[in-house]
Amino acid sequence: MRYSALSIIRNAFSGNRDWQPAWREPEPKPHYDVIIVGGGGHGLSTAYYLAKEFGITNVAVLEKSYIGSGNVGRNTTIIRSNYVLEGNEPFYELSLKLWEGLEQDFNFNAMVSQRGIINLFHDDAGRDHYARRGNSMMIHGVEAALLSRDEVKALVPYLNYNHARFPVMGALYQKRAGTVRHDAVAWGYARGADMRGVDIIQNCEVTGIRRDATGKVTGVETSRGFIGCNKLALAAAGNTSTVGQMAGLELPIESHVLQAFVSEGLKPVIHHVLTYGGGHFYISQSDKGGLVFGASLDFFGSYAQHGNLATVEETIEEGVSLIPGLSRSRVLRSWGGVMDMSMDGSPIIDRTGIENLYLNCGWCYGGFKATPASGFCFAHLIAKGVSHEVSRFMRLDRFERGYAIDEAGKGPQPNLH
Amino acid sequence: MTASRLSSGGLVDRSRPVSFTFDGKSLSGFAGDTLASALIAEDRLLVGRSFKYHRPRGVLTAGSSEPNALLTIGTGARSEPNTRATVQELYDGLVAKSQNRWPSLDFDIGAFNSLLSPFLGAGFYYKTFMWPKAFWEKVYEPFIRMAAGLGKLTMESDPDRYEKAWAHCDLLVVGGGAAGLSAALTAGRAGLRVILADEDFLLGGSLNASRAAVGGVKAPDFAANAVSELSSLANVTLMPRTTVFGWFDDMVFGAAEKVQKHVAEPSHDRPVERLWRIVAKHAILATGAIERPLVFGGNDKPGILTASAVSTYVNRFGVTPGSRVAVFTSGGTGYRTAHDLKAAGIEVAAIIDTRDAAADRAPDGVKVHYRGAVVDTMGGKRLTGIITERSGFEEKIGCDALAMSGGWSPVIHLACQRGAKPVWSAEKQVFLAPESDPRLALAGAAAGLETLGEAIADGAAKAKAVLSALGKTAATADVPEVEEQDFAGHQPVWYVGGARSKAFVDYQNDVHVKDLALAQRENYTSIELTKRYTTSGMATDQGKIANVNATGIVASMRGVDPAVVGTTTFRPFYTPVSLGVIAGTSRDEHGRPVRRSPLHGWAEKNGAVFVEAGLWYRSSYFPKGEEKTWREAAHREVMAVRKAAGLCDVSTLGKIEVFGPDAAEFLNRLYCNPMLKLPVGKARYGLMLREDAMVHDDGTVSRLAENHFFITTTTAMAGEVLSHMEFYHQAQWPELKVRFVSVSDQWAQMAIAGPKARAILSRVVDADLSDEGFPYLSARDVRLKGGLSARLFRISFSGELAYELSVPAAYGEAVADYIMECGAEHGITPYGLEALNILRIEKGFVTHAELNGTVTADDAGYGKMMGMQKPDFVGKQMATRFGLTAADRMQLVGLKPVDPKNEIRAGAHLLREGAEPSMANDQGLVTSNCISPVLGHPIALALLKSGRERMGETIIVFDRLRGDEFPAIVCPPVFIDPENERLKGEAQVSPQAKEEASR
Amino acid sequence: MASLITCPHCGSRPKEEFSIRGEVRSRPEPAAPFETWYRYVYVRDNPKGRQKEYWHHVLGCRRWLVVERDTLTHEVYGVTDAAAYRASEVKEAAE
Repeated sequence: MRYSALSIIRNAFSGNRDWQPAWREPEPKPHYDVIIVGGGGHGLSTAYYLAKEFGITNVAVLEKSYIGSGNVGRNTTIIRSNYVLEGNEPFYELSLKLWEGLEQDFNFNAMVSQRGIINLFHDDAGRDHYARRGNSMMIHGVEAALLSRDEVKALVPYLNYNHARFPVMGALYQKRAGTVRHDAVAWGYARGADMRGVDIIQNCEVTGIRRDATGKVTGVETSRGFIGCNKLALAAAGNTSTVGQMAGLELPIESHVLQAFVSEGLKPVIHHVLTYGGGHFYISQSDKGGLVFGASLDFFGSYAQHGNLATVEETIEEGVSLIPGLSRSRVLRSWGGVMDMSMDGSPIIDRTGIENLYLNCGWCYGGFKATPASGFCFAHLIAKGVSHEVSRFMRLDRFERGYAIDEAGKGPQPNLH
Repeated sequence: MTASRLSSGGLVDRSRPVSFTFDGKSLSGFAGDTLASALIAEDRLLVGRSFKYHRPRGVLTAGSSEPNALLTIGTGARSEPNTRATVQELYDGLVAKSQNRWPSLDFDIGAFNSLLSPFLGAGFYYKTFMWPKAFWEKVYEPFIRMAAGLGKLTMESDPDRYEKAWAHCDLLVVGGGAAGLSAALTAGRAGLRVILADEDFLLGGSLNASRAAVGGVKAPDFAANAVSELSSLANVTLMPRTTVFGWFDDMVFGAAEKVQKHVAEPSHDRPVERLWRIVAKHAILATGAIERPLVFGGNDKPGILTASAVSTYVNRFGVTPGSRVAVFTSGGTGYRTAHDLKAAGIEVAAIIDTRDAAADRAPDGVKVHYRGAVVDTMGGKRLTGIITERSGFEEKIGCDALAMSGGWSPVIHLACQRGAKPVWSAEKQVFLAPESDPRLALAGAAAGLETLGEAIADGAAKAKAVLSALGKTAATADVPEVEEQDFAGHQPVWYVGGARSKAFVDYQNDVHVKDLALAQRENYTSIELTKRYTTSGMATDQGKIANVNATGIVASMRGVDPAVVGTTTFRPFYTPVSLGVIAGTSRDEHGRPVRRSPLHGWAEKNGAVFVEAGLWYRSSYFPKGEEKTWREAAHREVMAVRKAAGLCDVSTLGKIEVFGPDAAEFLNRLYCNPMLKLPVGKARYGLMLREDAMVHDDGTVSRLAENHFFITTTTAMAGEVLSHMEFYHQAQWPELKVRFVSVSDQWAQMAIAGPKARAILSRVVDADLSDEGFPYLSARDVRLKGGLSARLFRISFSGELAYELSVPAAYGEAVADYIMECGAEHGITPYGLEALNILRIEKGFVTHAELNGTVTADDAGYGKMMGMQKPDFVGKQMATRFGLTAADRMQLVGLKPVDPKNEIRAGAHLLREGAEPSMANDQGLVTSNCISPVLGHPIALALLKSGRERMGETIIVFDRLRGDEFPAIVCPPVFIDPENERLKGEAQVSPQAKEEASR
Repeated sequence: MASLITCPHCGSRPKEEFSIRGEVRSRPEPAAPFETWYRYVYVRDNPKGRQKEYWHHVLGCRRWLVVERDTLTHEVYGVTDAAAYRASEVKEAAE
């Protein structure tokens, strides 16, 4: 059933009893052309684009819990394409372009809201870095602006301008950036993929990867039995290493917990996405009224979806330092996502040394905004056997070859990215 | 008659009236009231509007699970939106305003949404608002955002103070009700260090709302006696008004204490709230249980409260929500309330019991409807009656309040915040916390127990278990007798059939039963998906009211056991916590610590303008006279250094002393360039790499004695370099006999640079400073003329004859003053970071602007320094990778604009002439820039692909971000004095040098 | 863990005092082949479960510690001074 204002009206008159399931609940088939491990944003978008763009519909997405139970439902919903390096900027710009047409494309309102991101800087080095970033965007044809302190003040008058430890000096501004209703992204892709014949199989945990005598992958063992496939695609985010180990993969990945927070619902006060350069704080306000914010990792390796108080404090200290008016708002809930932190802070979309095994991981903090392009490029790689142009630098062997995509220049210590 | 204050009873202090305002109207209550009880006493039952449909709502509960009675408290910068009236202590002068209504609470335009509700079902917004595409940000979203949120944040700066503290204890008891007091008494009497925290301002929990007798006294008196005994124990800390909001790893609990949230004008001497991190050896969660509403048609009208809330208002606060109260219950709780009402002289209209037959005794004269169901309610902004149905017969019962009880859900939140999944108890029909940590126990109602007697006994038993775990024995147990009428348990009815109007599950978010049904129909069947799709449980009460009912309803719809459906995830915070208290004192200028150099005072005296550099405040420039811009001052300072002399504070550099027979070997492994043969008395530039062969930091290494080195780091990396050294020494090469220590704060260090530097320092330092006596790169302990021990280094970051002088920090300012005095006749000038930066750019020296973590030694022009013949150094192994040695790597170059009017700015990119802007065509970036005061035109350092092969090439500086695109010439990064003549100090800026540099 | 670390030198101290480097991996011999070095620098076991990590008591005794933890439950099994850990590692390798 196509969603529209009309369908809502029609259904209202039949007591909303005729709505159909947004996706089926199929039993796994014995064999698929492609199995995708991970029913999160990236896995579902990969399935969607495989079906829609490349006509590969004999596809299963295996999810050990419910769809969207990982990071696509545990993030701060920010989308943007303001990167420095050639390995990243074109990829994230493709992603932003896909976001811009996504809802009409998959007929699901994910509330893509291009309210603009303001990346604040507080010193000369910060300004120079953002100038470099902004020029990277401009050189790729992406609009950006470098705002003066006064221009920032006009846009966001509520920042700490008079008593800041690190006074606001200016900002990099990307108008097209914004936020998306995160869960809806998973649902929209799931529904779109399902309509095109993809089997979305929830509560199906992969427990092993079966390989034949030549070493190539032939299928997966799961909590619901063996399922064969021609190609196996991993999109398991924080659990990438665990799943990879089933095929003997050794990966440049560490899993870390990143906390995020939401406040009680408030009438709209923050109309943009803001990031604080005096720390690592970022915030926006959802359409429902909750302030959604986050900061740094807890810094220790973790597969637990919960974090610690010290990080909570640091995050909120930065928030109140930047926006004193937040002091009397209340934080309602915190959650933790398990991040697949890579060795250079950039992702991997590549084949592996193992035949039929494809890899999508290393999203660090940036996974949500990458969802459309990640699926698109991964589908491209799976369908065509070659990387999409914009993901061609995201190779698994780049560290060995000396081509890290290191935006922050922090080197091979994942928790610093 | 309606809601009112009873003529007697309750724990409020009737001798202390308290006045407050609600939506501008003056009202009054008593000390000991909550805002909610005072509002009820004043017959204000309509207190808020719901989120989606703006339905009129009244107080539902008497505690922290309240979803409806959210008000904005306070005025101006002290306004606090979404404050639950049910926990807000009443104080004189309290100003409360209702929320989410326009123009007024009584007449709210938003209520129009209710008429549209068939179109506004769960998740309707996911299905529409997509066309035309451009309308989302411009039309739909602004409209939706207008409806967003409940209260309004003023965004003014908070005038109040907050603080944080740690607390340690043997036993943390969370919850000061029957089980908690009993646990604290048992543990406290046995001598454990006990902390008892409770969110309420009055300890006692449900004891304060009970008519039972405990230990022969009234329940509230029993609570008061227990509290008084606990207060007398030195080893027990009572923390009322303190909400334990989170359980974190290692038995760390987060708690927020309201210190002055119950006064109109908080004293500035104390915080208004305090954040506690409580480290407990053991914890007992005596957090009680939350009563569930029944889910029936029209269950949200003002005047409908949970039964226990009605009991609490009557018994504890001496107020009644109605004069004729009906009771709707699925178990004994409703009967208890009926008795409470009766005892207070309030008419009970009827008891509607969903059960088959009498399990409980109703008060005399009260009619009971067994197998009854309320299917709808009457009234608009106030309940006027209920419609019940039994075996097809309908009856209207007039009443002005309804007490409803759907049973109890243990508060297991804290125990399940760290990943433990709640377990469904088929026997008790509740979710219980699984055992996840032997140090954490639940007691009383939180553990699923139902009576006061059981709770008191359980609290004592759980405390005894803690005592034995800690090797102590309990004093003789003395569990008091409880005299109370027995009430049966509940037979859960998740959804009352036959509803004639909306039956709400999540009150605040207006999620009703049909929304849950729609979610199932559309296959959002996982309870997590149901929650996210319908927003049930996502309101400010975080599902305290809705979640267990939602699980039960979904289970019924799916025809499965609640165990199969499970719960959504419990996460911090138990109740919402102000950002202010979590930030504590870390705000405004105190957001982060401040570091000041030992020469800060000297710089201040000399008129420095300071700039934040990490945690430091460093002198940026020293404006004089008419100078209006930093540039005017910095250019004067630069010329002073080039022509005469300048003094610059470089104390913020990291400084590390390294000792030991293996000191040289250690440094030889840490720096990529050789260090073994550095002669005593000499300094050398050193480059540290990371293991990935990128430059980590640079600085100087000075050998003061055979086994004694002194190294410097950049300001920004001082801490990281020390950690890096400690890592390699401790974790990798502990066999090396080396010790080192940071002395960054011990030495004041100043650079004295310029042709006159020697002449000036000769008056200060008691040493031969001639080229022979103290040649370039000398590093030595020296004595100042007054006898002070100091260190002198002949190193230069400006290209001039220069020294860095280190003196003990406390002498820094005096020495700097004296040098200024001695240098006055030579024209010595203080110079700051801006001048320092220009001086180094003119000489092509790099900083972290260039060494940005993706730059190799070779990229920076130091490739030849790498001691590849050394057996090992950090970064050696990865340095030979293809990508790090490729010919097209970006290399350090200089740039000069073709038109000297064009200022090249850092952050610009580089393009070949005629090339289209694209990432593939991107040739590099500008890292540092200045206008050279010596050359009189802009210059810049840049990283350019294959840069060293491209000298003389014209390249486009791409700075479209700032509206600039112009040509520049690639040149060597050293703009001035490439032969380093000036290090000797004799040369002046000659026309030849100038010409050469600009060639 | 991760709220509190029991430093062998300082006792139980809050996480805020520490910085964390990540998984413990033995630094290869200088002469080891490139592949071994590459794995040391870039590859991680990243187990879901027991793992040894380098923590630095940076705002305390400034000793590097080897903390053995469970990455799923955050339970700590032990904390050793990194130098002692290295010495035992070297000894093991020699045996």
